[in-house]
Amino acid sequence: MKTNMVGAINNALELAMKENGNIVLLGEDIAKDGGVFRVTDGLSDKFPGRVFDTPLAESSIIGTSIGMAVAGMRPVPEIQFAGFMLLSVSQLLNHAARYRTRTRSAMSVPMVVRTPVSGGVKTLEHHSDSPEALYSHIGGLIVVEPSNPYDAKGLLMKALRMDDPVLFLEPTKLYRLFKQDIPDEAYEVPIGKANYARHGNDLTIITYGTMAPLVQEVVEKKNVSADVIDLRTINPLDEATILESVKRTSRALIVHEAEMSFGVGAEIAARIAEKAMFELSAPIMRVASPSIPYPFPGYENYYLPNAKKIGNAIDKILTA
Amino acid sequence: MKKQVYSGAIDYLQVMDENGNVDMQLMPSIPDSKIVDMYKYMLFARALDAKSLSLQRQGRLATYAPLIGEEATQIGVAMALRKDDVFVPSFRQHGVFLARGQPLEDYFVYWKGYEDGAKSTRQINALPVCVPVGTQLPHGAGVAFAQKYLKRDAVTVAFVGDGGTSEGDFYEAINFAGVNKLPFIVIIENNQWAISVPRKDQTAAQTLAQKAMAAGVRGVQVDGNDVLAVYKAVTEAIAASKNGPTVIECVTYRMSMHTTADDPAKYRPDSDVKPWKDKDPLKRVSIYLTAKGLWSGQLEQDTAAQQQKQIDEAVDRSEQQFKPDPKGMFETLYSFMPDTLKDEERNAVENNFWM
Repeated sequence: MKTNMVGAINNALELAMKENGNIVLLGEDIAKDGGVFRVTDGLSDKFPGRVFDTPLAESSIIGTSIGMAVAGMRPVPEIQFAGFMLLSVSQLLNHAARYRTRTRSAMSVPMVVRTPVSGGVKTLEHHSDSPEALYSHIGGLIVVEPSNPYDAKGLLMKALRMDDPVLFLEPTKLYRLFKQDIPDEAYEVPIGKANYARHGNDLTIITYGTMAPLVQEVVEKKNVSADVIDLRTINPLDEATILESVKRTSRALIVHEAEMSFGVGAEIAARIAEKAMFELSAPIMRVASPSIPYPFPGYENYYLPNAKKIGNAIDKILTA
Repeated sequence: MKKQVYSGAIDYLQVMDENGNVDMQLMPSIPDSKIVDMYKYMLFARALDAKSLSLQRQGRLATYAPLIGEEATQIGVAMALRKDDVFVPSFRQHGVFLARGQPLEDYFVYWKGYEDGAKSTRQINALPVCVPVGTQLPHGAGVAFAQKYLKRDAVTVAFVGDGGTSEGDFYEAINFAGVNKLPFIVIIENNQWAISVPRKDQTAAQTLAQKAMAAGVRGVQVDGNDVLAVYKAVTEAIAASKNGPTVIECVTYRMSMHTTADDPAKYRPDSDVKPWKDKDPLKRVSIYLTAKGLWSGQLEQDTAAQQQKQIDEAVDRSEQQFKPDPKGMFETLYSFMPDTLKDEERNAVENNFWM
């Protein structure tokens, strides 16, 4: 089928719900309305009693999902926007992330939390956050972020068959940006494994989410020979793929939309510095948003990393 | 136009008063032998509590939250539950764990500070101890959702303290359970103190049970030091669970400290504690059973000796047979081992950082 990311996610949910009767979807406005981005459109008719609207309370959307999961179900809660998910951080980090180890694997929390992330679509405040580093920091949550329809469907299918809590981050900007031909049937994209979106020799660009298509566009336009690694999974990080590439190209640039400080880029840079320092011919560089909270939509074009900023970084690292 | 669109009232239930007198109209239909069992479990819980406090003071347990004074609330609930019902604790319900059959050595391993002690909670249909106040309640509502969805003939009973009713998760959980008509029972173990903050500073609400009304679910207040009242209220809530949740406020008192890291002398005068000594949850049952010829000083001695032996043997097992395995920290985080975590574990093992 030829579909955008919204269609791919909807299709994965439908296939998984056919496969497993214990999957339910819950969240705000996801049933009749199909979610504010229409990702769950039509599913409440196809699966009566299995797609339901919750009271408007994010902590209990996650908290009750944890209870369902521990009791043998496989809930797929949707949080309407990542900014609102902060109201459920206690449940995600204090409980979802710790339940298995707290019980030494006697209990687990098989659930997939879906939420739209990142900006670039002129939304109100709190609708454009990129919180992947926050949820990756303490461990226990698997954090996944696709950048195209094919990966979105395959990663979600895989997540829905795992026995772990998975945070599935969906870049709103990419929901309908482009279509791809993807298989009609169920397939999996491995979690914890990065993807070479492009192969090259002179530098490695590590990216994911909204920045992945942008980086490829810039690399193509500038006609540079670069490995472009699309992480797909933020946590656990595919360190092996990153190191393999960086040791070969000797230059590492990390590009993400989230704020620069204490971010995913810092983690990757640290690992490269620890394990490939003497194979580098240039300092590791990062392109990210400034270390300030995401602004109101009027200022987002001043805030987001763009082609010019990425292009400048590529020039700089290649001439360092 | 102006008219009343809602009115509500909260009932208070006491079956046995502090002198062991029973209101026969309210007496639940249970055999005397069950009341004897309740009393034995209350004795057991108190003995376990005393031993735990003593072990903690010797450095043989980590931080511990004593239960003394709250035995009737905990045992009354436990005795009303059926095997398949799910128990969702806060962090002070050692009596419930005990009465549900948690292996005692696991209890001690847990409170020594090892997750390994929580492994068996699944076998007794319980969730593990939950430390962040109130956050366990949405889990309970979720378990109740699963019971309904999977058509299991069971209810979920979750505990929270008086302070916990101020948390947002308390309201969110009962609200979710109300909307979905879930077989969910919330026990408010109102022991009057949230560490140092007294009940009156926690909320202006006259009762904690009335908070149920805001979510449109049943609420009742019971004498939490009356094991029969607690038992009766839970039994009735189970019977009503097909129609949705019930919130039961058990009015009791924390006779000891919040945890072993706390010193109540700093904030709580003895005059606050004293009246509750007369309302002791065990004393009244002892009076009742003795008057009926079902209990005696000899029986009390024999029971205490037998329970003490079980406790001491469990302590021995937890100290001599249990061997901590730090690899468990790494290997039980996910259903699989990420390579980066494998590296961190290997580094610790190979360099013998654990000694």
